[in-house]
Amino acid sequence: MTVANIPDLTEVMPELIFHALAALAIVSALAAALAPRIVHAAFALMAAFFAVAGLYALLGADFVAFSQVIVYVGGILVLLVFGVLLTARTEASLGLERPVRRLFAVVAGSVLFMLLAFAIHGTTFAAAGAPTEPLATTEAIGRAFLDPEGMLVPFELASVMLLAALVGAAYLARRRRSS
Amino acid sequence: MTLVAALSIQPFLYLSAALFCAGLIAVLSRRNAVAILIGIELMLNAANINLVAFDRFRVQVGDAPVIDGQLFALLVLAIAAAEAAVALALILNVFDTRDRIDVDELDLLKG
Repeated sequence: MTVANIPDLTEVMPELIFHALAALAIVSALAAALAPRIVHAAFALMAAFFAVAGLYALLGADFVAFSQVIVYVGGILVLLVFGVLLTARTEASLGLERPVRRLFAVVAGSVLFMLLAFAIHGTTFAAAGAPTEPLATTEAIGRAFLDPEGMLVPFELASVMLLAALVGAAYLARRRRSS
Repeated sequence: MTLVAALSIQPFLYLSAALFCAGLIAVLSRRNAVAILIGIELMLNAANINLVAFDRFRVQVGDAPVIDGQLFALLVLAIAAAEAAVALALILNVFDTRDRIDVDELDLLKG
């Protein structure tokens, strides 16, 4: 199997690209967590998804980046917006009326982040070497997913699970006449 | 000089931790079930960043392309799609029967 090198467009200033994408991801994630209106949170989530897709591309995972855009932005986010539009009828559905709870949540999140940062800072990743050459990953991913010795069984299980979940979702979401 | 040779794995881990904590804040503070789902999606994305980053910075053994972490990330993607579909179906169902999706008021099973 030959794997072609993809043209590397980010040799100049990979750090700048990383910092820009990271800033966009963190700001929009916090906006998604704290925006007073759910629709605004959903659109902030879209920005976060795009930033994460850019980070995947920066890491050389081109197929995962495109899947991220297609599945998350094209699928899950549209589902979320439909959920917001179909259920946001009352003021109570906005969800952030209690400042005490928001304060508690922000404190808990900050404490967890400090713990994680402390753990990351104190760990040397001995097995993490120089990054491998960027490759065109699509062919390798396709072969790995259809390899009986590799990921074929998890792949098929995931597809069956997805089918079952979608059938179940369609069954659950149908409108009942009674009550 | 390759793509991310100038970077190390730590910035990606910090970023992933920050995204996870933003998701945790959303899950803990929101009362609307759809907003809680937004937080869960953020946490899943954080985990996926870790998977892809560790995949990329792994020491390569032999000539085979290193893509295990990306395969895991794609499976997580499929599970996230299934989870969002089922969760929204549940939310719509609850809204249909009880006319609200405030998780504080859904205490039917509370002892």
